[in-house]
Amino acid sequence: MLTIRLFEDRARREFGKGDMPGFVHSYAGAEAIATGVCAHLDDADMITSTHRGHGHCLAKGVDIMPMVAELYGRANGLCKGRGGSMHIADFSKGMLGANAIVAGGVGIAVGAALAARTLGDGRVVATFFGDGATSQGVLHESMNLASIWQLPVVFVCENNGWAESTPTSYAVSVPQVSVRAAGYSMPGTTVDASDYEAMHEAARAAVKRARSGEGPSFIEATYLRIGGHFAGDPEGYRSKDDRHAARDADVVARTAAVLTERGSNSAAITAEVERDFVARLDVAFAAARTSAWPDAEGADNFVYSN
Amino acid sequence: MSTAIDRTTTDAVTTTFLDALRDALQTCMRADPCVVLLGEDIAGGAGQGAPLEGAMGGTFGVTKGLFEEFGAGRVLDTPISEAGITAATVGAAMAGLRPVTDLMWASFAPKAFDEVVNQAAKMRFMSGGQTSVPMVLRMAVGGGLRAAAQHSDTHYATFTHVPGLKVVVPATPAEARGLLIASIFDDDPVIFLEHMALYTTSGLVDPYSGPMRLGELGVLREGSDVTIAGVGHSALMALEAAETLESEGISAEVLSLRSLQPLDLDGLVARAGATGRFVVVEEGPARCSVASDIAAQVGELLFGSLQAPIGRLTSNHSPVPFSPPLEDAHLPNPGKIVTVVRRTMGRG
Repeated sequence: MLTIRLFEDRARREFGKGDMPGFVHSYAGAEAIATGVCAHLDDADMITSTHRGHGHCLAKGVDIMPMVAELYGRANGLCKGRGGSMHIADFSKGMLGANAIVAGGVGIAVGAALAARTLGDGRVVATFFGDGATSQGVLHESMNLASIWQLPVVFVCENNGWAESTPTSYAVSVPQVSVRAAGYSMPGTTVDASDYEAMHEAARAAVKRARSGEGPSFIEATYLRIGGHFAGDPEGYRSKDDRHAARDADVVARTAAVLTERGSNSAAITAEVERDFVARLDVAFAAARTSAWPDAEGADNFVYSN
Repeated sequence: MSTAIDRTTTDAVTTTFLDALRDALQTCMRADPCVVLLGEDIAGGAGQGAPLEGAMGGTFGVTKGLFEEFGAGRVLDTPISEAGITAATVGAAMAGLRPVTDLMWASFAPKAFDEVVNQAAKMRFMSGGQTSVPMVLRMAVGGGLRAAAQHSDTHYATFTHVPGLKVVVPATPAEARGLLIASIFDDDPVIFLEHMALYTTSGLVDPYSGPMRLGELGVLREGSDVTIAGVGHSALMALEAAETLESEGISAEVLSLRSLQPLDLDGLVARAGATGRFVVVEEGPARCSVASDIAAQVGELLFGSLQAPIGRLTSNHSPVPFSPPLEDAHLPNPGKIVTVVRRTMGRG
């Protein structure tokens, strides 16, 4: 969780310098969700992600060097500069891609789970999506398919209360998104994702269920978005109280406090992890900035396989 | 490169277009356990067991018998969820299968526009080649069956416009079999469009033949005065037109544009250049059509060497009408092709 926060804070700051192309969406505040779910997955298991995908990459074990190079559109990026932040992917780690179409990854995850079941290889799939995605038709079609075929997939709704500038309370007809699960005969639970242990436990149960062939589950993980929809969003639509509440609910600080309370030397451990990771980030960002651009001759490479 | 499979095979037997498609599916499923079928009503009676389950075998009967041979694990009836099943097809292809999904009618494909255009077509590109998406979307297309506006689209140009998709439109049973096998074993998403008027047509098919390479033209008839290239059913109409033209002393070559993407532009240019006259026929609406695109590409390369402006024939720029006289007026037909060719020959 700490490394995701450090990565996102750094990415936001570096983006502000103006030499990172495109735009970035921060995972800050949601760290427990990707971490809690991916703790139960191995490299062969698969995830699909969203436009807010850096946290999912890190939780799935993706190397930050080619990740940062991809953010800068460089030839040595994970996607050789063809994807950027919103399409970042590392298939070697089962990270099937950030997806900039809301709910775009959900149906893909169901298909990947169908492949896993058909091949009988024991892989499970987790699909991360926002509360905004629960208003997309394809999400409902995909949940229905996963249910009738009893596929090994975990639906993880990252509910931060906002679909860009539209409050979930306005756009979603139910008070808790997790009640949608009942409509597709799968267990649904709502978890406070500022509580890492609760998140970890909910994910453990859902992944175990998928792994043992009992079918899909739905987890609604609630958190408060720290910062705007994208780096640079002035959030004029959001009250000061709401923004402050997000900072107060910070899962990274809360988890550190819990560990300290239990007698862990968390301050020292945090400082050490931070020192090491910041040094790695220094190297990754410096290297990315000086890495070669993709050859313009190859602008239409990778469209077809043959 | 161009080939004339129908005319050169020696072990060929007369087969319907529909049986040729089924044979291709069966051949691929026997060869590779990763080939699975998804779609609405491709088995029929799902979950009830034999003899009810599998009784339908697809809206047109293409998948009849495959449930019995391969079972519910590989022949998966789906709910009516075009977006969901297309997304699942993409994901399954990314995770190790070679899914072949029947969307029933191409007119239903707009329900899955995102899944086709943003997901299937772009996934290889966006990931920098990390993944391929080896999937086939089969759809029935075309007019003439009085199926009206929401069951008669061809969408030839719609799909051909999307980079990352391959688009295949067979005109003969041999093309149907050979191209479907090639499409299933291709590593890219292939949109496979089957004209409904062709399902019951017959032709010679070699049951032991392998895949027919994508990106080639089919030569349905040799000729020396004019080259007529047609898409799917339009190619057969062009064959009929060629008979009439022959009686008028015009020798027409007829090509099947069986692979719209990749397109054998070199082959088209060579053949149109040799006859000196070129007519292109397809059934989609007029604007931004495959006919327009091909005419432009051939015209750029043969400007000055053709003896007449390139002739184009499409449907009207309107949805497909229901009433028989209206639909007949809307669609291309052999008579309209003859008229366009005569004009190209300076006899209009």
